[in-house]
Amino acid sequence: MNPLDLLLAPLSYDFFVRALIASALVGVACAIVGSFVVLKGMSFIGDAVSHAAFPGVVIAYLVGAPIILGGAIAAVGTALGIGAITRRSGLRADAIIGVLFAGMFALGVAIFSSIPSYVGDLFHFLFGDVLGISVGDLGALTLLVLGLLLVLRLLWKELLFSTFDPLGAGAAGLPVRRLDDLLLILIAITIVISLQAVGIVLVVAMITTPAATAQLLVKRFTAMIQVAALIGVSAAIIGLYLSYSLDIASGAAIVILETTLFLIALAFTSIRSRLHAARGAA
Amino acid sequence: MSSHNNAIELTDVTAGYGNRAAISGVSLALSRGSLTAIFGPNGGGKSTLLKCIAGLKRPWSGNVQVLGAAVGVHAKRVAYVPQAEQVDWSFPVSVAEVVMMGRTPALGPLGRSGTADRAAVADALARIDMTDLAQRQIGELSGGQRRRVFLARAIAADPEIYLLDEPVTGVDPTTQEKIMNILDAEAARGRTVVATTHDLACAAQRFHDVVALAGRVVAHGPAQLVLDQGVLEKTYGGHLVPLAGGGVVLLDDPHHSHGAHEGHE
Repeated sequence: MNPLDLLLAPLSYDFFVRALIASALVGVACAIVGSFVVLKGMSFIGDAVSHAAFPGVVIAYLVGAPIILGGAIAAVGTALGIGAITRRSGLRADAIIGVLFAGMFALGVAIFSSIPSYVGDLFHFLFGDVLGISVGDLGALTLLVLGLLLVLRLLWKELLFSTFDPLGAGAAGLPVRRLDDLLLILIAITIVISLQAVGIVLVVAMITTPAATAQLLVKRFTAMIQVAALIGVSAAIIGLYLSYSLDIASGAAIVILETTLFLIALAFTSIRSRLHAARGAA
Repeated sequence: MSSHNNAIELTDVTAGYGNRAAISGVSLALSRGSLTAIFGPNGGGKSTLLKCIAGLKRPWSGNVQVLGAAVGVHAKRVAYVPQAEQVDWSFPVSVAEVVMMGRTPALGPLGRSGTADRAAVADALARIDMTDLAQRQIGELSGGQRRRVFLARAIAADPEIYLLDEPVTGVDPTTQEKIMNILDAEAARGRTVVATTHDLACAAQRFHDVVALAGRVVAHGPAQLVLDQGVLEKTYGGHLVPLAGGGVVLLDDPHHSHGAHEGHE
């Protein structure tokens, strides 16, 4: 089989084309919210919210409601709960996150374990199954990406100011708390909609890794989002092909690629700064 | 109630973190066009007081009036400059982008920056002598340049009130001189300037008024009238060491325990 066939052959399957589009959209959405997550130091929240979605997914499955809806309610609720409890309790956010993350996931596992026969659909939510994505999921992903781009377009300067300097922004009258809540909601929705593709366990990597890689490479926030999106999309597409031809889990393939890119960027920047230092010393 | 000459009025304000009050029973009136330094020991509540005025910290009790209204009503006419340690200097923004943030509140949610905003940013950069560094990422700047960028952001907002947390801490004398000249000029044209500082010499020489703060207001007034040994002893307590010649030495190194007791949120 020649290389072109390797690229083109899978495209004759509708499910593969759907999966490609879905992965690319997930890559873009995760890169956008991920850039805020990384700069605000909230990576752990991404992990917590994805696990917190699990009981919502299980309950929705049991009662026959849309799985995305159940996941979204649980995830958004937990995300806002983390913010609210942190403000009131006086405990550090990471402690609250640790508590809610484990508690919600345990609830999901408890309900899940009560289901008599193993349910394939639910299992896929843990590890992702982008090849099984439906046209409806694709529609939800498209709406999500359009929604995220719209929010960025409308509130860019407010989000930039309050992310960079919450104190200065708050003193100048910007609704920093509401902007924080908006970000938490966007993170939660992005995670839930991405779960189908990469799964609960790995979605945090889709959010964190491309954005962290981009921050190593560029020095402007807009460029960071663009580079993160580019990394997210290319890793998703190449990862999907790898998953198809090597017959490995798609989510894992995408995340391994992203991690590799991160390590390459890390090596590149440390070599670059050493060269700079050497030139400066000479 | 409040006099129109007062830009900032605090009445019996108590505020703190956890169950420890950082300031208690603080009453203070700062008139329009005043240039005031808040000084005192670490943990004396300087930053807390500034945050109460900025609306970043809600007092446990007491009342804060800013420009004749409750805190927050005129927030767009207030510019707050945080301590340098509270800023993420690796954040991917340029100097010009940071200064443009000063224009954000006035533009409103759907507003887009235009010619007037870019002109204000250019003017502010020119005033702090950083026009040529406009496109630098902020992490590439020196300590003094970093303080000046935030001052430029405040200038670009064209505020009625400047609130600056340690604007001259850890900067070289030249930069300190530049910053103080600008603040002096802003006060001269009727803007109200309030800054916290560890630098007693700077507070005494470059500000019109000083507030000695040690959990409560020890003294408030023109530096030359207020700053005597009695006030300094009450403000700094055991950190003040008398010298043989009659002078005193202040043992209050901002770089060792700075901020650790102020309970930053």
